[in-house]
Amino acid sequence: MADAALLTLATERATGALGAGGGPDALLARRMQALSLAVHIPIVCFGIAFPAMFLFVEGLYLRTGEVTYKALAKRWSRVALTIFAVGVVTGTILSFEFGLLWPNFMATFGEVFGVGFALEGISFFIEAIFIAIYVYGWDRLGRRAHFLAGVPIVVSGFTGSFWVLGVNAWMNDPTGFAVVDGRVTDPKPWEALLAPNLGHELTHMYLAGYIVAGFVVAGVYAAGWLRGRRDLYHRTGLVVALSFAALASAAQGPVGDWAGRRVADSQPVKLATFEGLVRTQAGAPFTIGGVYDADRGEVRYGIEIPRLLSLLAHHNPNATVTGLEVAPPADRPPVNVVRLSFQAMVGIGTLLGLLGLVFVLTWLRHRRLPRSAWFYRAVILAGPLALMALIAGWVATEVGRQPWIVYEVMRTNQAVTRSDGLEAGFAFLVVVYVALAVAVAWLLRRLAAQPPATEVAGDVEEAHA
Amino acid sequence: MAEICLGLVVVGITAYAVLGGADFGAGFWDLTAGGAERGGRVRGMVQRSMSPVWEANHVWLIFVLVIVWTAFPVAFGSVFSTLAIPLFLAAIGIIFRGTAFALRGHAATIREARAIGATFALSSVLVPFFLGAAVGGIASGRVPVGNLAGDPVESWLNPTGVLIGVLAVLSGAYLAAVFLAGDSARAGLPDLARAFRARALGAGVVTGVAAIAGLLVLRSDARALYDGLTSGGGLAMVLVSAAAGATTLALVASERYDPARWSSAVAVAAITVGWVLAQDPYLLPPRLTLDQAAASDATLTTLVVGTGIGALVLVPSLWYLYRLVLQGRLSHEFEPLDQRFRPTTAGDEPEARR
Repeated sequence: MADAALLTLATERATGALGAGGGPDALLARRMQALSLAVHIPIVCFGIAFPAMFLFVEGLYLRTGEVTYKALAKRWSRVALTIFAVGVVTGTILSFEFGLLWPNFMATFGEVFGVGFALEGISFFIEAIFIAIYVYGWDRLGRRAHFLAGVPIVVSGFTGSFWVLGVNAWMNDPTGFAVVDGRVTDPKPWEALLAPNLGHELTHMYLAGYIVAGFVVAGVYAAGWLRGRRDLYHRTGLVVALSFAALASAAQGPVGDWAGRRVADSQPVKLATFEGLVRTQAGAPFTIGGVYDADRGEVRYGIEIPRLLSLLAHHNPNATVTGLEVAPPADRPPVNVVRLSFQAMVGIGTLLGLLGLVFVLTWLRHRRLPRSAWFYRAVILAGPLALMALIAGWVATEVGRQPWIVYEVMRTNQAVTRSDGLEAGFAFLVVVYVALAVAVAWLLRRLAAQPPATEVAGDVEEAHA
Repeated sequence: MAEICLGLVVVGITAYAVLGGADFGAGFWDLTAGGAERGGRVRGMVQRSMSPVWEANHVWLIFVLVIVWTAFPVAFGSVFSTLAIPLFLAAIGIIFRGTAFALRGHAATIREARAIGATFALSSVLVPFFLGAAVGGIASGRVPVGNLAGDPVESWLNPTGVLIGVLAVLSGAYLAAVFLAGDSARAGLPDLARAFRARALGAGVVTGVAAIAGLLVLRSDARALYDGLTSGGGLAMVLVSAAAGATTLALVASERYDPARWSSAVAVAAITVGWVLAQDPYLLPPRLTLDQAAASDATLTTLVVGTGIGALVLVPSLWYLYRLVLQGRLSHEFEPLDQRFRPTTAGDEPEARR
């Protein structure tokens, strides 16, 4: 199907509703967009996963009546609200940037995918409403009503991801419209948004949200653990966060496999870029590490495992894997950036999965946490590593889509604004985000400095266990 | 279908101008509240009123953007390329405003509080100005169709743009004072209610005078818009807005704040509708009509159906939020935003803050 699409679409490309001829600064615009996404996506992970985590802990409180659980759920929800507030503004920047940086993309394809954002906007609305009710409603709503007010936060976190990834899946495997004489016609929004890539992209990202939020939160309590904070409050924080992260990491393995096979089918050039595979070949090898040398058209200094790529991409060691050579050089993504990011994501993901396994096995066998200090040091490190894998994954898929903004239909440099003031905007934005990061770090430290007992009226178990 | 989508945009702009505008206006009163001691009570009330609702209020802006880029994509691309400067500055202001607001309750020293408070208050004034200026650029016919087809500076830095920017700041301040007076009265704080009542009356008069003087600016700078606002449906809406504005003043003067909330919202809604009627049939005057700008019917239908289904969940949720807020069930205890701030070295942190 993909190869057929390659051939038919090659002659039917969109020129853009605001006229052909793009702007001068597509690369700078891409960097600006990438910067804003790199700030926003980690925040989204907390929006996806944190509500489920604090709701779970509140559930523990409702079942047992132990106020320590309530203190933890309350604290987490307050942190989540702060992160959500930052997500509100960084998400706003993104929607502005769609227009500011890519006016021709929006003008040409807004009618195809825009509905997805309208529905995402409604999800976002619901999330904003109920997170406010939940956080400000502690001790003011009835216990049941309060718990139920948390449910829409989790649900809308999922539906929001659903629609945003619907749009992204569509950009990577566009359907639901026709191109006639360079003009986009006959939009079918549902068909576009429920594109075949949605299933794996959504599952992959949704699990990533739990992995990132779980390991980052667990890291905080692991650091406390090493400093002797092992009371019920800290132990619960650690175990709950780590459980979410470990289960999600375990599930991510098969999902990653699914995603890889979908990319092999729908975007063979992207898969070839992940691997630095130039020649189309049967029984293709998988190369770990190394550097892609464009002049020689091969990966050098890597460890080559015969037939593994064919096995991974098509579940058949002799299957033919498409190489970069099918695309003219101008239509290939930058190989090293994409390949390195992809390998970083897979490598880190594997390590995190193993760490989660250690936790789960220890728990199942001994009903206790691991004793080695190295385990806790690894958990502390797992938070930043999970963030790196998250960003690397997005770099792999989005830079791997280049030079297309709509895969094989519209080029990124056709979509970009003709404005020539992007340098100033970019510099300004960098300063703003640095200030934002400093401010958030400052706030989270301040919140963490308040003892848990400030959250609830009852006794919180803080005696060192 | 295009008209229904335009209707959704009008609803979104009105809701954002009223609810989001009031949040920005609250920042204006924060900025002008005076020194730490004197302004502490005003700032405390702003903090208390905005906390549970500002995020939901802000989402109306996103709602407007997504409806426009789906239903009127060419207009969206043209507006965002030509008016990139004010829109970018507004976006930056939104980052500062939101973050500073989320942080400010956690300041521990007077210096931190001052820095965060000033950032919040200053950006609260800049954002509505730049958004208003962008609206002025569209309404005065300075945004042609195309990728940066208009002048990136003169399209918004002109008499109409500046006028609408200033009016956006003023009307936000007016709305905020009306809402805050009501919130203060409900919280049983008559001194604050009086303070906001005085501000509401002052801001109402200033906004009214500026709006009337503004018509003269429009007459010389944006004749088509002026003609639209002074005849037919445009004129009717201007009169409704003026009447609702005057009614609000009378209601505030007699301390009936709850109906004043509604009449002030009517004043804003009427002027938004008046603007749309004044430039009818154009979406981007003087050339791009609503029908030309509209996406295909399939998209518009999907958008209306999707938004309609979403509204079945959204409207009851919003109703629940505002009911809880108006019942005071989400509000924390009122505390002035001043003497809480003491050096972290004072040794009474953090238990004493409870």
